[in-house]
Amino acid sequence: MSTLDAHTGHHEEGSYLSGPPGMMAKIWQWMTTVDHKKIGVMYLFAVLFMFFVGGVAALLVRVELLDPIRDVAVQTVNADGDLVTTTTVTGQSLKEIFSGIGMADGLTGTQIYNRVFTLHGAVMVFMFIVPSIPASLGNFFLPVMLGAKDVAFPRLNLLSWYIYVFGSLFGILSILMGGVDTGWTFYTPYSTTTDADHWRVVLMVTAAFVLGFSSILTGLNFVVTVHKLRAPGMGWFDMPLFIWSVYATSIIQVLATPVIGITLLLLLFERLMHIGIFDPAMGGDPVLYQHFFWFYSHPVVYVMILPAMGIISELLAVHARKHIFGYRAIAFSSLGIAGVSFLVWGHHIFTAMGELAAVLFSGLTFLVAIPTAIKVFNWIATLYKGSIALNTPMCYALMFLFTFSIGGLTGLPLATLATDLHLHDSYYVVAHFHYVMMGGTVIAFMGGIHHWWPKMFGKMYSEPGALIGMALVFIGFNVTFFTQFFLGTQGMPRRYANYVDEFQTLHQISTYGSWILGLGFVVHLVVFIHSLVAGEKAPANPWGGLTLEWECESPPIEHNFHHEPIVKHGPYDFETTVPPHWDPADWPIHPEAGKRH
Amino acid sequence: MSTLTNDNPIGVPQSILKSPKHWRNRAFGHHWRTGDEEFDAAKLGMWLFLTTEVLLFAGIFCGYAVFRMMYPEAWANGSHYLDWRFGAANTAVLLLSSWTAANAVRCAQLDKQFWLRINIIVTVVCAALFIGIKLWFEYRIKLGDGKAPGTFFSYPFAHDVHEPLWWSLYYVGTGIHALHVVIGAGLFCVVFYYAKRYQSYGPTQYTLVENTALYWHLVDLVWIFLFPLLYLIH
Repeated sequence: MSTLDAHTGHHEEGSYLSGPPGMMAKIWQWMTTVDHKKIGVMYLFAVLFMFFVGGVAALLVRVELLDPIRDVAVQTVNADGDLVTTTTVTGQSLKEIFSGIGMADGLTGTQIYNRVFTLHGAVMVFMFIVPSIPASLGNFFLPVMLGAKDVAFPRLNLLSWYIYVFGSLFGILSILMGGVDTGWTFYTPYSTTTDADHWRVVLMVTAAFVLGFSSILTGLNFVVTVHKLRAPGMGWFDMPLFIWSVYATSIIQVLATPVIGITLLLLLFERLMHIGIFDPAMGGDPVLYQHFFWFYSHPVVYVMILPAMGIISELLAVHARKHIFGYRAIAFSSLGIAGVSFLVWGHHIFTAMGELAAVLFSGLTFLVAIPTAIKVFNWIATLYKGSIALNTPMCYALMFLFTFSIGGLTGLPLATLATDLHLHDSYYVVAHFHYVMMGGTVIAFMGGIHHWWPKMFGKMYSEPGALIGMALVFIGFNVTFFTQFFLGTQGMPRRYANYVDEFQTLHQISTYGSWILGLGFVVHLVVFIHSLVAGEKAPANPWGGLTLEWECESPPIEHNFHHEPIVKHGPYDFETTVPPHWDPADWPIHPEAGKRH
Repeated sequence: MSTLTNDNPIGVPQSILKSPKHWRNRAFGHHWRTGDEEFDAAKLGMWLFLTTEVLLFAGIFCGYAVFRMMYPEAWANGSHYLDWRFGAANTAVLLLSSWTAANAVRCAQLDKQFWLRINIIVTVVCAALFIGIKLWFEYRIKLGDGKAPGTFFSYPFAHDVHEPLWWSLYYVGTGIHALHVVIGAGLFCVVFYYAKRYQSYGPTQYTLVENTALYWHLVDLVWIFLFPLLYLIH
């Protein structure tokens, strides 16, 4: 337990992970904790579990597309010597899998496919990628990097965790009852009429609605924390860039999520009470639903990517031991992306609006490329003449630069009206989206987890093991999704359960890639478990970082710091604080070292 | 602070004065440097939350605007069905309650415990009046006439086929607003409990009173927009 000396503010206490003896007491302590670190760790495990669920669904989608449901004409010669043509249905592998676990429930393979890809989308978007980085790493490190003892509203933080769990339970219940086939976008009028006598769609929409509250509360908490709890001496431009990006993210969460709240509420009323607002049969407007939906869901893709960009700024600076190039440009570009994010939702519904509106939205969409490119160029400039350590976090950061740039640049043809007409609703969009979300967010998340793993759990991970996992993820990811650019440009539509024979080779390559990708994550899982069980004890500052979290112990004590930290150097002042050829093992840095004479 | 507060208030039992929940004894969170910082943060958090509320209602207002443009006649007819006098009565009730809510904050700041409680009671009574007028004189009669949302609409004398949509937006807008009135009144009941039982709010500790009042003013403000849009303009 902790004691606080009122006069000196000095804490005598153990690691935040140490708890009372006894299993039940420990569980109770975790379930009722208001410690942002414990809540962050609980979020980390929850979102990784959801990543697993969504990932299994993704692998099942690829299984279906390896050998899709098709009518194959088979010509045989019968006893009379005549040529007889019979058709057989092949490619029931998805159905066989679901029959095997007793969940086929009289459905056709195509119906199962529709439900599985909806499950993949809904779980990955609402339960994994939106809360992923801010709620787990953000919760853990935002207060520590600010030099605070906790977030501004610790109890609200716990509440938002429970709301997240509660919302996810609705989603899981819907999945266990058989899942929904609406796609994660819940477009009306299909979503208000499909499976009309079932509660599954209602449950899934309720899940998304409830999860929104969790997102709002976390965002609100972080904004207030950044405003009010910075350590003495830490001005806005002394904050680490991870904080800037989480701050920009939180603003989007606070401003965009209420709109999806009212949208999903209207959708629920529509489905349960037929109020007609989105029902064309009653004069309602389904396109209005699409506008509402994307007014949230476009900004929310920046909720997904901005924290990832923040992680990359940290990883590159620390592991290249270089002052970040263009600190203010990166900080302001985060806010710029947050601002522009609210102006571009129309590009999801180009064909449902007038020409002028489409041209305007197209132009505004191009704007997004500017702050994004500013970031990428600054990151590359940061690497120039740095002393680059090619460890797992750095490799993930470099991988991000590669895959995210592909994802970003392939977005431009989608923003261009003329090319989008050809590419929209094709696998090109699927590939672009996954290059940004997986090649961007997930990759940065993996890098961030490795970077901060020693701090969170006090254990080092196996570097060779993690590098193998990283390599498999890199190869698997590119094999899976780069092929989909070709599929898309050749005309393969998204969301289809089958395709013409010409597409089969590329689809098969993509599916094999997804297995390599899955294997990569399994390797990472093994490395993590090995680290928790038998990892070497981590020093306070294994990488030689200068942000405040590295001044805590590994793992941090319950109140993070023994003394309230006072910020004396910037987060990336390696040139002025760290002597040449300095080894992180020599932490803390001698006060006289590195001074320029 | 000594100019505002009396160190030995008369008539307050020792059990309340010694309670850790009395406003003089309440501690602030361990992660704050001062209680003032905590108060500022709570208030900033509340304003951010109010922003989300505005955006929530923005969806309804946006839907209203879109359908008003699509079906101007149905929308003009819609407001003819509503009696502006009930709307005006409810507006007056809410304005009065906002005034008492603001007074409650001032009373907490001045340590006037009795008037703090009175103001909260008046606010909650106004909330109940608002809901009563809404349910009894409006929803009940209109639903009885068949002026129900969407497919439940069965009013035989409708002039326009799109009037059910108007009623949908009317019920969704006023319904969600009424839900906010109920939540606000519930919050004031919590404030009242702590004010009565522990005298938890005083010159240095009135965060919850302040934030509940802020919430209440927003609820009031939303109604100020709903009233003319639904009842007055044709």
